[in-house]
Amino acid sequence: MRAFAFEGGFVPPSTADFNLPPAFGNSEFTTKPILLVFLSVILVSVFFVAASRKALVVPTKLQFAGELIYGFVRNDLGKEIIGAEFMRFVPLLFSLFTFILTNNIFGIVPLLQFPAMSHVSFPYVLAAFPFIVFHWVGIKKQGLGHYLKGIAFMPGVPKAVYVLLTPIEIATFFLVRPLTLSLRLFANMFAGHLLLLVFIMGGDHLIKGVIGLKLVAPFSFTLGIVMTFFEFMVQCLQAYIFTLLSALYIAGALSDEH
Amino acid sequence: MKTRFAAEAAANPLIPHTAELIVGFIAFTLLFLVLRRAVVPMFEKAFAARTEAIQGGIEKAERAQAEAAEALQSYTAQLADARGEATKIREEARVQGAAIIEDLRSRAQEEAARITAQAHASIEAERQAAITSLRLEVGSLATDLASKIVGEALEDQARQSRVVDRFLEDLATEKGRN
Repeated sequence: MRAFAFEGGFVPPSTADFNLPPAFGNSEFTTKPILLVFLSVILVSVFFVAASRKALVVPTKLQFAGELIYGFVRNDLGKEIIGAEFMRFVPLLFSLFTFILTNNIFGIVPLLQFPAMSHVSFPYVLAAFPFIVFHWVGIKKQGLGHYLKGIAFMPGVPKAVYVLLTPIEIATFFLVRPLTLSLRLFANMFAGHLLLLVFIMGGDHLIKGVIGLKLVAPFSFTLGIVMTFFEFMVQCLQAYIFTLLSALYIAGALSDEH
Repeated sequence: MKTRFAAEAAANPLIPHTAELIVGFIAFTLLFLVLRRAVVPMFEKAFAARTEAIQGGIEKAERAQAEAAEALQSYTAQLADARGEATKIREEARVQGAAIIEDLRSRAQEEAARITAQAHASIEAERQAAITSLRLEVGSLATDLASKIVGEALEDQARQSRVVDRFLEDLATEKGRN
């Protein structure tokens, strides 16, 4: 880290920049990400309740916008992937998608500008929901013994292979899946935010420097803006991937063979 | 600078934060409950109503079309019936007309034959009457004439008759001779 410290005292953004002090008061519960998470719950709830309240056959613009998002999760993520029993899981998938998407986009909304999902606790909690649900569904559908046996001893495999496959499968179902689900989201948001910090804080530092550096500063800012657009894409994509994988895990537990 | 590095060391980004875990759980659960209770059922209601409206519309259109087709078929059938009926009536009329003409003709012929026969009969009767009366008259004339010529009264009926007959025969033979 010290190697990056320029003579002007530039401090490159680091993981420490994600540990924000409480926005007000002196409580752990008043930090920026926590307030943003609550804000997202309020915004998403208000928007969708307002959009769906009238349930008109010919929708208003607001209802249409809400239906567009809801219909996307319901049909493309729920119906397409889970199949016949999809309706039970639509509320979960829908809340996951809207919650993650809103919090991700907060990362590039002026003034808010912080993705709560770059704090790993939130992805951990979110991954726990589909994790519990897909195991619960599998146990309920196939019975505890049959379900665990299906995971540990995948049918149609030579017995000797179980020596290798059983630990891998158990790890996949109980460790890798929830971890990758949460860490993928976390890492993308974390890295994205860091990237924006590098370009914007860097530009800010350059413009205060000598004349040569001042000339370079606009490039840094421009890249910061380009990266903001790129981030928007990543934010939407990550919300989609998280929900998609949750749906796939549930679909896998519902089908007899995974 | 020192505090910053200290903070960095303390903050492994992969270690979750208890307060955030709690908040994350509460916030997401809250959102889940709101969306499940208030939003998903309403959107589903709207979707169902829309599907029903579209399906209902299609069904109504199909029903109307079927009704129209049925009406057309029945009209066509009725038209064909009417045409058939008209043809039948025309045919009947022609047959009836022919029969009437035939009937009238035969009746006229009968009448004509009857009238002719009557005329023949009356002519024959008149001829007979004329012959009878002529015979009487010619007889009496001839007798008168003969009696006048002969000067002999022929009172006797039988004789008179015989004389007349002979006279007539003579007349006939004379006529035949000539």
